[in-house]
Amino acid sequence: MRLHLSRRQVIRGLLATTAFGATVKLGTGCAASSSDTVATDDQPITLGFIYVGPKDDYGYNQAHAEGAAQIESKFSWVKLSEEANVPETTAVAESMRSMIDSDGAQVLFPTSFGYFDPHILKLATEYPEVQFFHCGGLYQEGVHPKNVGSYYGYIDEAQYVAGIVAGLTSKTGKLGFIAAKPIPQVLRNINSYTLGARSVKPSTTTQVIFTGNWAEPIKEAEATNSMVDQGIDVVTCHVDSPKVVMETAEKRSIFCTGYHANQSALAPKGYLTGAEWDWANLYAQIAEDVKAGKTLTEGGIPHLLRGGLKDGFCKVSDYGLAVSSEAKQAADEAKAKLMDGRLVIYKGEIKDNTGAVVVAANEELKQLDPKLESMNYLVEGVLGSVGS
Amino acid sequence: MSWRTIAWRKTLESTLIPFGAILVGLLLFGVFCAVAGANPFAVYGSIWKSAFGKWSTFQNTLIRAAPLMLSALCTALPARLGLVIIGNEGALVMGGLAAVSIGLAIGTAAPPLMVQIAMGLAGMAAGGIWIAFAGALRHYRAVNETISSLLLNYIAIALLNHLVGGPMRDPSSLNKPSSYPLAAVNMLGTIPGTRVHWGLVYGLIACIIAYVLIQRTTFGFAARTAGGNIRAARIAGLPVGQLTLIICFLAGSCAGLAGMVEVAAVQGSVNESLNVGYGYGGILVAFAARHNPIAAIFMALLVGGILASGGSLQRTHGLPDATVLVFQGLVFLVVLYSDSLYGRFSFFKEKPQLVAPPSPPPSPGQESVIVS
Amino acid sequence: MAAETTALGWWGVLLAIVAGTMRGGTPFLFVSLGECLTEKSGKINLGLEGTLLTGAMTAYAISYLTGSPWLGVLMAGLAGLMLGAIHGWLSQQPRVNDVAVGIAMIVFGSGIAFFLGKPFIQPSAPQLPTINLSNAAMPPALQAALQISPLFLLGLGIAPLMSWFFRSTRWGLYIRAVGDSPDAARAMGVSIFKVRLLSVMIGSFLAGIGGASLSLYYPGVWTERISSGQGLMAVALVIFAGWKPVQCLWASLLFGGAQALGPALQSVGIQEGYYLFNAAPYILTLLIMILTCSPKRTLSGVPGALGTDN
Repeated sequence: MRLHLSRRQVIRGLLATTAFGATVKLGTGCAASSSDTVATDDQPITLGFIYVGPKDDYGYNQAHAEGAAQIESKFSWVKLSEEANVPETTAVAESMRSMIDSDGAQVLFPTSFGYFDPHILKLATEYPEVQFFHCGGLYQEGVHPKNVGSYYGYIDEAQYVAGIVAGLTSKTGKLGFIAAKPIPQVLRNINSYTLGARSVKPSTTTQVIFTGNWAEPIKEAEATNSMVDQGIDVVTCHVDSPKVVMETAEKRSIFCTGYHANQSALAPKGYLTGAEWDWANLYAQIAEDVKAGKTLTEGGIPHLLRGGLKDGFCKVSDYGLAVSSEAKQAADEAKAKLMDGRLVIYKGEIKDNTGAVVVAANEELKQLDPKLESMNYLVEGVLGSVGS
Repeated sequence: MSWRTIAWRKTLESTLIPFGAILVGLLLFGVFCAVAGANPFAVYGSIWKSAFGKWSTFQNTLIRAAPLMLSALCTALPARLGLVIIGNEGALVMGGLAAVSIGLAIGTAAPPLMVQIAMGLAGMAAGGIWIAFAGALRHYRAVNETISSLLLNYIAIALLNHLVGGPMRDPSSLNKPSSYPLAAVNMLGTIPGTRVHWGLVYGLIACIIAYVLIQRTTFGFAARTAGGNIRAARIAGLPVGQLTLIICFLAGSCAGLAGMVEVAAVQGSVNESLNVGYGYGGILVAFAARHNPIAAIFMALLVGGILASGGSLQRTHGLPDATVLVFQGLVFLVVLYSDSLYGRFSFFKEKPQLVAPPSPPPSPGQESVIVS
Repeated sequence: MAAETTALGWWGVLLAIVAGTMRGGTPFLFVSLGECLTEKSGKINLGLEGTLLTGAMTAYAISYLTGSPWLGVLMAGLAGLMLGAIHGWLSQQPRVNDVAVGIAMIVFGSGIAFFLGKPFIQPSAPQLPTINLSNAAMPPALQAALQISPLFLLGLGIAPLMSWFFRSTRWGLYIRAVGDSPDAARAMGVSIFKVRLLSVMIGSFLAGIGGASLSLYYPGVWTERISSGQGLMAVALVIFAGWKPVQCLWASLLFGGAQALGPALQSVGIQEGYYLFNAAPYILTLLIMILTCSPKRTLSGVPGALGTDN
């Protein structure tokens, strides 16, 4: 018994030493201004971020991790607790619990869609004082716990703009879209991209290839190659890491538009533009709200946080060398219209690629419309099927 | 008197060697952490604290260990027959698929307990048939069971993705294709007073039953005999084919039950999260436990603990997420190596006469010196 | 920019498969040749999945740091060699099962690759040059398909060389003897331990090069998901090929081509069932095993000591 106690003390001592070491490191790492703001009123706030894959995947997870890193360097009172490669099983529930219990996290950002049901919902009921912000989910009033919120960006606005550039740049009128799975978030991107292209060149088609999984480098490369062989001359993608698609497109001398992050360095000749996430704005806003004492539970922070180009949730990459001035002009115009609300992407009449009307003639689905978040069709002009 | 001495030494040997191996594994991992720039002692502290230190964190370990116990039996049981089965992942996936299908088919038409039993049986049957197929191929067509069960994994996962993405998909599952959810009343709850689901109890019971079956019944004796020498077993008139099929079925049904637990206690529906590596973890647990079902319980706890500590390695020590893989790999390599140490220490050998109180056993560091 | 390409339709599917066989088949070729050598000596190495990942990471990192992709290929092989040394030594200890060591090596090898590979996911490393077998008169799609990797040619050369090595050299005989009947080998005065250790190490060297072909040729990136199970499949491939190096070549081409089938079919309008298409190689291998195996006779070419304890 005695031995046990003393060992525990040793461990505790060791832990204290490392904790001290970490603080010292942080102190020296931060700018000078941070050291004098460490005052009693500047209580640090711990934000927990959980990623489903590695933090540096050149794609989805990295976009979130960069957003998190930016607010950490921006606010001296933000403390991060991050965990990567957490599967969507009991593992994520345990990670969240541990972040709350051991690290004192007050706000959690589990960033993968599959974390929501049942894991976040379960933990949120158990820890009503912790705020859970989930990326991509659909908060339902009265169904889900009050301390759960969801955020997502209308990155399809950026895809629409990229589609315009692609449509005007393509010589064959055939675009290619390499996607992981036929799920609403992906279908919306494919559709917006196609609608964008067809808004300037109505004969354009988009061939879609589903690889079946979020990270399948070889299949992504094969898909790109077979698209080129079919005469497609602009490709884009919605997979976890677009690097392979961009580099393969460049090797085959066709154009590409990026996704998740700016990939212009990977395809200096063929990169036209791209749809990028920009989570830092949103994360900073949430952090400041929490700092100001606002919560989801009391309604200080809205449960559904959505935004597009205007709100800075996403952005369009700078145009590449191959983009004509005509295309730039058309794209900029659409971007401006999207930002001030004059342009609605899903405005009737829109048919799907089997001929059925999916948006009626007088119907206008604004971006926040929940119907768009359960999209299950491909619009006219897309060659592909939503079945697996 | 001398008989008791022998038993005592044997027990000590089979306890100290795995423990020594784990210590050496920890030591190597400590060196690795030190090279990576983390304080190894602080890392040890975090591992202890986040995996075993408190009841709350120990539950984390238990939750992660539960599916591994069941999955490990899928390799451990056939190993007694001399078969190396690595189809755990596939059997688990098939079990989960079958359990959800039955659970959805019955819905709320029967009392929850009946539905749960039906789901459990369906999961076990599906997993069992999956591995029994590999066993049958082995017996009737002489197809290597390791390879066939490996291929069956890929086929099961493709089937899962296909069904979940299309025929079984709930259209409202939106961005994570899943089957329709099981009715909430049909879900397995948690063990009262804990947050650990009932899968842990299933795992413990399955391991104990497997132990009794193999070590204490004539069936188990027949299996072990056949495993020792198949030709001799045939000559002795043992029904080798029957034994193969039954053992493989039982093995697969354990993994299938793990799949059922995963859907009925954790996910609530079947989706790609069923395939997260419990199968491959189970294989390692089985080998590290030397295919002893009771030892598998402890090995599963060890792996559960390693996985549970993965988070704090990232959060407290800033080590990358891959660190936990290195940790797991090192511990397993050393534990597997330690299997070769049995019988190499004269200390553990039976002695004709009683000896004075034993001197402390050789430390792990000294053990490696004796390696030939 | 944007070469004038024309749609190839179903010819495109054929072309994709032919090109895919060479592009996607190269890693399969190296791991299966490595596994073939290993298994000929009587040991199984399931850990080649970890070796492949370590090889891919090492090749990419070295190519990026030194600017020389060929040095990357060499170092990838050496990294494989080291992992092979662990496997070869450990799996020959008494009572240690080679399948178990293999799976532990997958965990360990991938852990090492991911741990050390973090800084190399972002940068673009110099790729291996390709050999152009086409001429300017050919359609661009065909030109692209005829960009052959020197690694593929290397593998193409190694396969018959290994056949000859097994058949006609003293060392080849040693390996076969150790794999077929260790007792006979012992009587010949051959050190079983050394022969197996070397076979596993050289086999892993080849698998490391297979990894280099993933990261420096096709698809030509380093990510943690770069391998989609090629290393594990090597074991099945070798059985598929009946432990004959030249047949490993055909089997690898088949598996490489199968990877291209799913995407290529979708590009011409066959859109459903891609998960099942993608599983086709596994189903095919299983069927072939069922058809060719028989309890009455052993498979021709199977090393007698494979999967036994001696």
